[in-house]
Amino acid sequence: MAHLIEIRDMYKIYAIGDEPVHALDGVSLTVDDGEFVAIMGSSGSGKSTMLNILGCLDVPTKGSYLLDGIEVARRTPTELAHIRNRKLGFVFQNFNLLPRTSALENVELPDLYRGRLNVRERRRRAMELLARVGLRGRERHTPAQLSGGQQQRVAIARALMNNPPVVFADEPTGNLDTKSSIEIMNLFTELSNEGITIVMVTHEDDIAAYAKRHVVMRDGRVMRDDRGEGGRKTTEQVSQLVKEALA
Amino acid sequence: MNLLTIFKVALKSLGRNPVRSFLSCLGIGIGIVAVILAMAIGQGAKTMMVKEISSMGNNLVMVFPERRRTGAVSGGMGQGQTMTAKDAEAIKKELAHLVQGVSPQVRTSVQMMYGAKNWAGNVQGVSTDVLMISNWTVTDGRFFTADEERACARVCAIGTTVRANLFADDENPVGKTIRLKNMTFRVIGVLGSKGANNWGQDQDDVVMAPYTSVQRYLQRSKFQNINMMNLSLITMDDLEEARREVTSLLRQRHHLADYQDNDFETRDTTEIMNTIGSVTGIVGVLLLIFSVITLIVGGIGIMNIMLVSVTERIKEIGLRMSIGATPLSILTQFCLEAIVLATVGGAAGVAVGIGASYAVGALAGWPVLVEVSSAVYAFLISSVVGLFFGFYPAYRASKLNPIDCLRYE
Repeated sequence: MAHLIEIRDMYKIYAIGDEPVHALDGVSLTVDDGEFVAIMGSSGSGKSTMLNILGCLDVPTKGSYLLDGIEVARRTPTELAHIRNRKLGFVFQNFNLLPRTSALENVELPDLYRGRLNVRERRRRAMELLARVGLRGRERHTPAQLSGGQQQRVAIARALMNNPPVVFADEPTGNLDTKSSIEIMNLFTELSNEGITIVMVTHEDDIAAYAKRHVVMRDGRVMRDDRGEGGRKTTEQVSQLVKEALA
Repeated sequence: MNLLTIFKVALKSLGRNPVRSFLSCLGIGIGIVAVILAMAIGQGAKTMMVKEISSMGNNLVMVFPERRRTGAVSGGMGQGQTMTAKDAEAIKKELAHLVQGVSPQVRTSVQMMYGAKNWAGNVQGVSTDVLMISNWTVTDGRFFTADEERACARVCAIGTTVRANLFADDENPVGKTIRLKNMTFRVIGVLGSKGANNWGQDQDDVVMAPYTSVQRYLQRSKFQNINMMNLSLITMDDLEEARREVTSLLRQRHHLADYQDNDFETRDTTEIMNTIGSVTGIVGVLLLIFSVITLIVGGIGIMNIMLVSVTERIKEIGLRMSIGATPLSILTQFCLEAIVLATVGGAAGVAVGIGASYAVGALAGWPVLVEVSSAVYAFLISSVVGLFFGFYPAYRASKLNPIDCLRYE
């Protein structure tokens, strides 16, 4: 069976001054449909670069990337925009909602750029998604009228709008308090249980513990790829895993 | 994403910043107001001048004797002594296929008296054709006749200004005898008012008498020279031919040899019209330069705001790109925002400009003329300005890298 995501021998090299910096140094990774992956590592490990390339927000210097069976490593900005719109959902650390715009309109946005639904269908789907993430009755609220946790729920609903095969989350709880973080991670777990593929970047062990599979990176290389065959890990087990990987 | 949706997005973005949107419209709006106002006043003035020039005469051609030189000093126009009433008669007789009326004109300034009142002014000695040539009307009484002209009758028609200064309001001047210099003249008619001409001269401050009588009784000159003559052509289409024939006839009558210059000059209203045309043309070019500068200033204002807006909304741009906005849709969105700003500013400018034109016209008593075409052009041009000055910021936005946008702090 083809993998949902398949990267082979990927390099991302930045020229900072005279020294080329290898943000990704020959990474290969596959992700299958329905997985919940946490990419871990300290800052500078290349995990954000990895997520940006996986999310088609950035292009690799070298290497191949098959997304859903299509080569996407060498595409024009316009083609990448279409791929992001149809195949990918994003959840950011700082939510990135449009200010002074209602939750409903924020959720509708991806289909506005796609134009698959008519106005009524789009509205109905956005309403359903907001209800799905627990924001029924707050459709007309603007981001300023919502708490951080609620804003991140809006962002998750938006990521799901175009039914993408995979959702990328970049430190989704980085700006949230503990209680909201737990709620958001429970929501991700539910989505994962429904079969949605999630790739998340985090450096927090307790957040990573919600994922089933753990990829630990350092200096642009994958140090450890634990597919979680032994079932769900506790925070301590994740910490142990990371410590071993980087030892 | 279709154009309509992008348009809505653009409108929404502008709506989120109403004050800033308003201020960026303002520059171009004020520019358009100024342009419309200037054009309206300019057009009004031109129309008025043209109207007044045509009121000077009916297919009018004026012939003046040459300017006389005494040593190095040039005499004024009409002061030469080379032209006589006989010339006018000859033109009338021999060029009847071109000319429908000829009036010689002699002018003399006199003291006028009636009872205890007196007034200083010009007496114009003319022929009966002057009524038709210069569009004069007679409101009371009548004008003098050809017989009276031949007989050197001491009769005259007076303008309303003269009437007001010599006669009481309730007194009918027709039939009264006034004194011009030391001669008595009978008033036989009152001329219809023509008001002031273009140069502010009161055309109603006039007394008209047969040129024969003026020459005989008021000028008492042994020469028969006249100051000028006014011709009325049958049609302006014959202007060139008429000028040619008048010239050759007068040269022949004045016995001018081939090597001698004309001892007279012809003038017609097309020359004056052309002068007005070139003056308003210069004003038009100035207005155009003025408008272009204004629109550039307004456009730069919009470009400025759009550049600030792109920088300020860089995270929004990154977000839109990350969820599927193509570079083209970003470009379109920001271009449309600029066009909307410019067009709304332009439309408001047109509306306020038209209002202001009429207000100025009413308050200052100036004639104003708002041409529909100038309003339409102003409107169209403002949207082009929006596109022109909005393109660069929009292009910059569209070329941004989504990652850089999302990371921008």
